[in-house]
Amino acid sequence: MTTGAIDNLADKAAKSTPFGMVRRMRGLSDRAIAWLFIAPTVFLLLAINIFPLIWTVYLSFTNFRANQPGREVRWIGTRNYERIFGSEDIWGYLQATAHFVVWTMVIQVIIGFGLALLINRNFRGASFWTTVILIPMMLSPAVVGVFWTYIYQPQTGIFSYIIDFFANTGALDMIGSVGLAPWSIIIVDTWMWTPYIMILCLAGLRSIPDYLYEAAEIDRANALQKFWYITLPRVLPFLMLAVLFRGIENFKMFDMVVELTSGGPGSTTELASINLKREAFEKWRTGFSSAFAVILFVTVFGLGNIYVKALNRVKS
Amino acid sequence: MSGASTAYSVVEATPRGKLIAGVVVVAYALVALIPLVWIFSTSFKSPPDSISYPPKVVFEPTLEGYVNLFTTRSRQTDEYIESLGPPETWYDELVRERNMVITGPSRFADRYWNSIVIGFGSTFLAVFLGTLTAYAFSRFKVPLKDDLLFFILSTRMMPPVAVAIPIFLMYRELGLSDTAAGMILLYTAVNLSLSVWLLKGFVDEIPREYEEAAVVDGYTRLQAFIKVVLPQMRAGIAATAIFCLIFAWNEYAFALLLTSGNAQTAPPFIPLIIGEGGLDWPAVAAGTTLFLLPVVIFTVMLRNQLLRGITFGAVRR
Repeated sequence: MTTGAIDNLADKAAKSTPFGMVRRMRGLSDRAIAWLFIAPTVFLLLAINIFPLIWTVYLSFTNFRANQPGREVRWIGTRNYERIFGSEDIWGYLQATAHFVVWTMVIQVIIGFGLALLINRNFRGASFWTTVILIPMMLSPAVVGVFWTYIYQPQTGIFSYIIDFFANTGALDMIGSVGLAPWSIIIVDTWMWTPYIMILCLAGLRSIPDYLYEAAEIDRANALQKFWYITLPRVLPFLMLAVLFRGIENFKMFDMVVELTSGGPGSTTELASINLKREAFEKWRTGFSSAFAVILFVTVFGLGNIYVKALNRVKS
Repeated sequence: MSGASTAYSVVEATPRGKLIAGVVVVAYALVALIPLVWIFSTSFKSPPDSISYPPKVVFEPTLEGYVNLFTTRSRQTDEYIESLGPPETWYDELVRERNMVITGPSRFADRYWNSIVIGFGSTFLAVFLGTLTAYAFSRFKVPLKDDLLFFILSTRMMPPVAVAIPIFLMYRELGLSDTAAGMILLYTAVNLSLSVWLLKGFVDEIPREYEEAAVVDGYTRLQAFIKVVLPQMRAGIAATAIFCLIFAWNEYAFALLLTSGNAQTAPPFIPLIIGEGGLDWPAVAAGTTLFLLPVVIFTVMLRNQLLRGITFGAVRR
């Protein structure tokens, strides 16, 4: 849909309102108000979201380079896409991204669900401590990345010191070593976003009516059975929603990791978005990076849709 | 939860179960707070204390980090510093102890101000447009309503770096690169999805009968919206505004790729503090503290609306 079409519709809506006199007396018609209220939002989204998206798709079929505006732009068909699918490096970045997404989700679901179960026992001060736990997820991911580089300093950082104190590991170079770097970003993401999974699980737990447990008690169900047949099915839709939101965000992950490891060492933590930025704004391969952007978007969208279908099946 | 006034409840945890839960949760919270407390305390350390081994928990607090954050300095010889006469202010004195002289203000204050202008500007626009759109979606039959709502949400699925490529080109053509106006428009567009979805939920909760009564009393639809619906949306609008503000405040990718000298906000600037005069961790920590503190305060204020905001209104409780 274009803005022209919307203006047209608004116009038609206004004209088709019966009793012109009444309209003048009663102010704008409902349909006129509806379009008046919606049009600016749709216009802004078309200009800043949809138009650029279409442009990206177009650029992905060209050899355009943004740093050489004078150069002739040639239509090169699907060559950018072929190059991406044929590139082993790109598969490496996607693997690093998958490693990050899968592990952050697994760890955060376990810790987050666990914490929610404990908080749901309603001990004194539970709501205060819940708020405290929520703080990290509201902070700027980039700034979080910056100060964790300080916490991760191998010689003088507090992280290495505490781990060494308890486990005698010696100085840990979390960011600089190939083996530990992928885990360094998983730890920070877990620190930041476990509260997100936790608060959604908590909402799920609080939505379970007491009488279900009371009925189970009458039926002499044991704790495990109650958890398996009552708690888990009721919390699952909330948990899956949380994983959907966080999974998409982590697939797109850029800011925190760029500040923490900037993709290194080598390319062990070079996530898809980070490589995209390198191709687009450092190597200036605009056409190539546009194709990569389209592939990432289609992947997020496709996986998201499949997941939503699964979510709906769980709900029903 | 029921108050558990009965002597025995199958739902209420036993006192022992509560104690264990409390201990584990509080322990988690305290461990999770270590990084924040650490960065806060580092902002009051001297540079040598900030890189000592073992890490110093007890130290002599100093405002050197904050002075370094807000100034640029240059190293000078003892003779030159002595020739300047006695220091005029406490921060002059602090800097001279390190054989430095303040040469001017740093750019941190500018960046912080940019964050405030762009944050509040885009929040105002996103909430203003979002309120109108949410009201229309909630009350009127709009053709393709579900498609439009989904389209508004799907704009959030794109990686910001992917969107930044064409925005970068478009802004270059329109002269919006590196301007506050460009960033305000961009953040407004990104925040609109959140604001429309959240506010629609809030409007849905206001009974239609109120407006209908007002219309019967001779108000026009527009007057009914302004005088009846808007006042009842106040709390929802406030919560939505804070969420939009926090997003714009925290945003990094667009700011990094689309701004440089003029309209740069604080998040892409804070890592650059490291480069100014060696590894000045206390200055970085000071900048981080000043930047994160408002968000921590807002989070505590928002705690009752938090769930709704972070799930785009999908979970309300």
